[in-house]
Amino acid sequence: MVTIFIDNKPHQVKPDQNLLQACLSLGFDLPYFCWHPALHAVGACRQCAVKQYKDDKDAKGRIIMSCMTPVSEGLRISVDDPEARAFRKGIVEQLMLNHPHDCPVCDEGGECHLQDMTVMTGHNYRRSRFRKRTHQNQDLGPFLNHEMNRCIQCYRCVRFYRGVAGGRDLNVFGAHDHVYFGRHADGPLESEFSGNLIEICPTGVFTDKTLKEHYTRKWDLQTAPSICVHCGVGCNTIAGERYGSLRRIMNRYNRDINGYFLCDRGRFGYEFVNSHKRIRTPLVKSPSPPAGEGRGEGGKPADRETVLTHIADILSKAKGVIAIGSPRASLESNFALRTLAGENSFFSGIGNEEQSLVSLIIDIQKNSPASSPSLREIQAADAVLILGEDLPNTAPLMALAVRQASRNKQFEIAAAMKLPLWDDNAVRNAGQSAKSPVYIISPAETRLDDVAAKTAHVPIQDIVRLASAISQKLDPNIPPLSSGERTEVRGQDVDALAKEIATVLMNAKHPLIVSGTGCQSTGVVQTAANIARALQLKGKAVQLAFAVHECNTLGAALLGGRTLDEAFTVMQDGLADTVIILENDLYRRADEASVEQFLGRAKNIIVLDHIMHRTADQADVVLPAATFAESSGTLINYETRPQRYNEVFVPRGDIQAGWKWINAIMMATQHPAPGGFATLDDIIRKMSRELPLFAELADLVPPAGFRIAGQKVPRQSHRYSGRTSMIADRTVHEPKPAYDADSPLAFSMEGSEQQPPAPLISRYWSPGWNSVQALNRFQQEVGGDLRKESTGTRLIKMIGGQSEYFRIDLSEDPAESPQYFIFGSEELSNLSPALGKRRPMDDQQDPRMTM
Amino acid sequence: MFSILRSILTVFMTMFRKRITVQYPEERSTLAPRWRGRIILSRDPDGRERCVACHLCAVACPVDCISLQATEDQMGRRYPEFFRINFSRCIFCGYCEEACPTCAIQLTPDFEMGEYLRTNLVYEKEDLLISGPGKYPGYNYYREAGLEIGGKAKGEGSQDEPPVDVKSLLP
Ligand code: SF4
Ligand code: SF4
Ligand code: SF4
Ligand code: SF4
Ligand code: FES
Repeated sequence: MVTIFIDNKPHQVKPDQNLLQACLSLGFDLPYFCWHPALHAVGACRQCAVKQYKDDKDAKGRIIMSCMTPVSEGLRISVDDPEARAFRKGIVEQLMLNHPHDCPVCDEGGECHLQDMTVMTGHNYRRSRFRKRTHQNQDLGPFLNHEMNRCIQCYRCVRFYRGVAGGRDLNVFGAHDHVYFGRHADGPLESEFSGNLIEICPTGVFTDKTLKEHYTRKWDLQTAPSICVHCGVGCNTIAGERYGSLRRIMNRYNRDINGYFLCDRGRFGYEFVNSHKRIRTPLVKSPSPPAGEGRGEGGKPADRETVLTHIADILSKAKGVIAIGSPRASLESNFALRTLAGENSFFSGIGNEEQSLVSLIIDIQKNSPASSPSLREIQAADAVLILGEDLPNTAPLMALAVRQASRNKQFEIAAAMKLPLWDDNAVRNAGQSAKSPVYIISPAETRLDDVAAKTAHVPIQDIVRLASAISQKLDPNIPPLSSGERTEVRGQDVDALAKEIATVLMNAKHPLIVSGTGCQSTGVVQTAANIARALQLKGKAVQLAFAVHECNTLGAALLGGRTLDEAFTVMQDGLADTVIILENDLYRRADEASVEQFLGRAKNIIVLDHIMHRTADQADVVLPAATFAESSGTLINYETRPQRYNEVFVPRGDIQAGWKWINAIMMATQHPAPGGFATLDDIIRKMSRELPLFAELADLVPPAGFRIAGQKVPRQSHRYSGRTSMIADRTVHEPKPAYDADSPLAFSMEGSEQQPPAPLISRYWSPGWNSVQALNRFQQEVGGDLRKESTGTRLIKMIGGQSEYFRIDLSEDPAESPQYFIFGSEELSNLSPALGKRRPMDDQQDPRMTM
Repeated sequence: MFSILRSILTVFMTMFRKRITVQYPEERSTLAPRWRGRIILSRDPDGRERCVACHLCAVACPVDCISLQATEDQMGRRYPEFFRINFSRCIFCGYCEEACPTCAIQLTPDFEMGEYLRTNLVYEKEDLLISGPGKYPGYNYYREAGLEIGGKAKGEGSQDEPPVDVKSLLP
């Protein structure tokens, strides 16, 4: 800690930061544009000026850029100095010379950093009478609007897009005050992180095109803290609703996972919630056609009571019930289903190969001494080996973290030269093209290859061969492949490559091995574990990350359901005639013929889901289950970190959470399980009692009874408008806001304005800070932990050290691996019209991966 | 004692003042144009809807009785898909008019809005929109904004230079 004097008052600050960061962390309102906690400082905008004094006698001082000044012991500055203020006001005035008169029709309005800074500096009236520069816009594809007139040349966009996300098709063109930020020609931005420009750009140059379809100002959105449901990474999001439809997804800062960013699948995939394929009422086909015969066309809408009685009737007459859970349903819904059907009749609903792989991964995480890293830890790795996983398509944010990890070498070089690490240009200049080693061994090219020291694109069996060779270089005791070793794969000398990688991993301080379920290969996962174990035995603090592809794959697997194949057998053997399927399209899980056969044999099929799909088409009873936006629940991400998503808005009609439906069914059937599942807390309590693994789940998020000074946390901002008018076309009586029994959040603008604990933050706002950068005010120190931080912990803590090396059998591995697409491979996001436009041609896709 | 007498005298004197009660509704007094009565939405000098659906009136409204939804026509011109004022809640404070950047929403000198049913006090856009510019004749927001909309290309706004040629290096 060093002491600096700001306006003659001493303050204690951390030494390794710049003055701007220090001032913001101390709560000063110091305007800035080009600096960003994740992009660091370049000193481009000249907005963050303060005055520096030599000593306490110096009355004159000089203007400096705070973002380019390191804090040092005894530093004396003034934020409040009239000259510094005038300077800052002048900068905004200059930016405003060319800024259009657009706020009323600008999508950034109301959450615009430029607006905030303009107000903050007190530039209220335009003095210039000259005309404004204008620019032509570009069509940047289905995700982003482009309105170049509004640019203030802060360079944040290109610094993020090229420097952080590794994109290549956005750049700055032109000269002097004509500089232009865009692509060389119209066309969709290629990077899968392009959506972050919405939050990175401090003005309305890049705005959300999907939001424009149903535009709503930030203050009018009812928002709740949520979790992305489109892959296994589990990024934290803020989801916003207005007039009963979901309007947009924004980033929610989580130090350990997604930090400041989201991928485009997560940001723009939300529109499935508003899809016309949504199931909105219970549907019943009656009478149920006899088993084995074709099932008629869609069911008829029925009311809640009828359908529940009908289901109770079905279940009471059933010969046996098969309950199929889902890796895209919440832990609670899966658990409720498991309780309804009984442990032995619960099937986790993951495809067979995947389930065995996921069980293996869980075993490895339980027993392997290598810890399963968060994205922040991945980012800190100084040598990375990726085995078989196409990260940019299967776990995009993990790819982004690896990309950042590759820059650690630059930071190392800069640190050796005693450069401040927040000085972005200096660090990049010092590091030049130096990169921490990343090795990618995968079946095909990946969009991460550009940071790789070496890549090998080889078939799956060869990945196993290479990985096995690496592990043997690290520890000769590792059993060799049972058969089929080769000295050369696809022109790569196995021995030389293995030796190189082994040496690099051995020399690294924080080596990281990444693999996943992408290859659907046991061998790949096992060799990854072997390498990690070998490194660990050599005393390395190695980390081992496995990407999984759905938001709750691990959750469903950890509940210990049986496999789908077993379900098929049970049905075939006639031990059951009724199936309940929770939020799952079986056609995506197993081959068509077996699913047809399975469903054909079933006398009664009950499906709970939010969208119609081929499985739901065949159901006798369909129940409308809520999406992530209309219900609360827990998801478990790739590192077994449980995270809570919260109901954003009350769904219309009969739609309710899967676990609420199951609870209703249990009530209707007078199920013997003790205690109902009336609220989320009930179900979590029961879960943590029954399954020791989930014992800590109850401490994850404050319980529903949590209050701040006796008040709930509001989902609506204090500026929420239209309260007495939005439903006035139907009734002039304003109903009492719905009560949320599952969380401490309220469907209201009333409640505590204090900052809630981290998992309950539903928006970033602070007086004078309306843009996303109000986040600064929620952090203990800018870019660091949130106040009242709690990111949760992994369910599986490192237990082992005892694991054995795997003996690898090549013959088990598939010859070909499926190809994944960030836009297109995931079921739900696929229904979003914007995402659909970026889907690769259908003939390139695995039929199981499409709708 | 004195003050009581004075009060009585004051009240007594009032009897001889000029009457200002008007026999409404037979007789009507003139209201100033800036009287804050029934709210209307006006049109710009070209006869097009002025409201650009910026939501500022709605957020300024202290009783939250304005709600709307923004949408855009094919030409990129933003306008409200629906615009609703619940006059049974409105307190005629005039904040919406003050907030409006386009002079679209205006309060008028008409207060005769009595209804037997509260539902009849809910006005939709059709009920609010008038055919002229109201109190502010000249203003046309879209001519000032830098935005490109149908009929006005980039750089054709009243404050704009023609668009930059990015490829030119000339100063
Ligand atoms: S970028 Fe900000 S200041 Fe500029 S027009 Fe948009 S809202 Fe207004
Ligand atoms: S487009 Fe946005 S981020 Fe990029 S330079 Fe302009 S204002 Fe800055
Ligand atoms: S990386 Fe995965 S969890 Fe994160 S935003 Fe993208 S799809 Fe969602
Ligand atoms: S403030 Fe004016 S332009 Fe904006 S929504 Fe209201 S009436 Fe329309
Ligand atoms: S923030 Fe310091 S110069 Fe831009």
